[in-house]
Amino acid sequence: MSGPRTAPSQRPAALLPAEDARDGALVFIVAVLCFLACLSVVAALAADRAAHGWRTELRGSATVVVRPGPDETADAAAARAAEALAAVSGVDEVEALEKDKAEQLLEPWIGRDALPEDLAIPRLVDVELNPERPATAAALDAALKAARVDATVDDHTMWLKDILRAAFLAQVAAVAIAALVAVAAGAVIAFATRAGLQARGDLVSVLHLAGAEDGYIAGLFQMRFARLAATAGLAGAGGAALVTALARLAGGGEGLTPVLPVAWSDLLPLLACPIVAGAIAAIAARLTALSLVRSMT
Amino acid sequence: MSRTADASERPDEMPGAAGLAGAPVVSFDHVGLRYGTAPEVLKNLTFELEAGSFHFLTGPSGAGKTTLLKLIHVALRPTRGRIALFGRDTERLTRQELPALRRRIGMVFHDRRLLDHLNAFDNVALPLRLAGRKAGGYAGDVAELLAWVGLGEKMTAYPMTLSGGEQQRLAIARAVVGRPDLLIADEPTGDVDHDMAVRILRLFVELNRLGTTVLIATHDRELVARSGKPVLHIEHGELRLPADAAA
Repeated sequence: MSGPRTAPSQRPAALLPAEDARDGALVFIVAVLCFLACLSVVAALAADRAAHGWRTELRGSATVVVRPGPDETADAAAARAAEALAAVSGVDEVEALEKDKAEQLLEPWIGRDALPEDLAIPRLVDVELNPERPATAAALDAALKAARVDATVDDHTMWLKDILRAAFLAQVAAVAIAALVAVAAGAVIAFATRAGLQARGDLVSVLHLAGAEDGYIAGLFQMRFARLAATAGLAGAGGAALVTALARLAGGGEGLTPVLPVAWSDLLPLLACPIVAGAIAAIAARLTALSLVRSMT
Repeated sequence: MSRTADASERPDEMPGAAGLAGAPVVSFDHVGLRYGTAPEVLKNLTFELEAGSFHFLTGPSGAGKTTLLKLIHVALRPTRGRIALFGRDTERLTRQELPALRRRIGMVFHDRRLLDHLNAFDNVALPLRLAGRKAGGYAGDVAELLAWVGLGEKMTAYPMTLSGGEQQRLAIARAVVGRPDLLIADEPTGDVDHDMAVRILRLFVELNRLGTTVLIATHDRELVARSGKPVLHIEHGELRLPADAAA
């Protein structure tokens, strides 16, 4: 045998070659899925924030409808109600609305001209509750009864339930969409892995017959698709972050997105997208590759 | 030939496979193979290859030589009979044990099965990578072997740019680089000129001298005659005495 030659100084080449144009399409599809998943996560966070705000706002106040008795004016009844309510523990501020304000509230539905002069318009008392220890509707009701005021306390419980249910449904929908997108991404990766294994049947066969473990072969595809998905996840999360930032810059909760107020902190969870996408791809690719390799002799 | 992979360096030795001391490396016991309901392509084969032996496998095209080699490589399973490798019944091998057993076998495929996206060096180094060896540890051995088969100047060439003969030599280098316990080769000199065929035979003989059991399927009668090694002759799926030996 002749003397030793100089070996190439390069690192060993990747056993799974860099792929063709299909990789670009796969990255695009997974990036779009990641983009949608990220927007879903942002929507879920914003829905939670909106629900929290509404809950705080509604729980922090109550409205009392005062019906004046036959022997007193509406103003007097409202004043007595306000006095009684102000003494209740957990009440911060009480304001008996003037007749004009009550009429203003009815205007959108009835109109100013349609209001008869002798129509008995109930007076409203606006009650601001202590945010730390708010008075209960029962306590307000008891105080009014003790003061012999005919009134109804509306602590917005009915609205609160509806709003909380709507917010909960919005969150569930957002999380479900994110989960569905994750499953779709996994399915796409599994499909791509299957196609990749079939396209690289020669390589898989040689590795298999040369004594490569099933896990080793699966690991090649696992790493490959994990990298691709992580790249796609980065692109998708970047796109979603851009959209979120634009929504926030355009006014946040007071501008374009009053229903779903977004915050800068909503961008933080998007950082996990490349990792999650890579992990889903790794699992999908490994399971698919293992099942296919194990079907070989 | 200088050292390639030393057995003590190989992390992949199959537990218990070094085996049964004195057991044949290959043992066929009334082995038959058929595809589906077709007639048997291999019939009632019974033979043994002792450790350190060197045999040629001859026979006409379609006689079943490649199929027999695939059975030894556990790329096919017999439909009847028993095959033992290194003293282990292949039917009883678990899927986890199979890769380690295959790493003890060097195989030169009839269709070479080189990986087009790897250069000559990386193709030859493949078995060593799969055995867990680091690039720094095997680079010299691979380069030396490539030089020996006449591809020292083409280490960075890709298979598609090599001639048929060069590809054949590359496939042979890949099969022997790990100094396997068993080398099986399917027409390894089919595409090389006479001088290179003799050179390759010397490589196989030297490998055999170092302890590797060798089985080479070939049509090259002159090569067989030159070597003076024993012959397994197969015709119509059955082992027979070669015509010249029978005469």
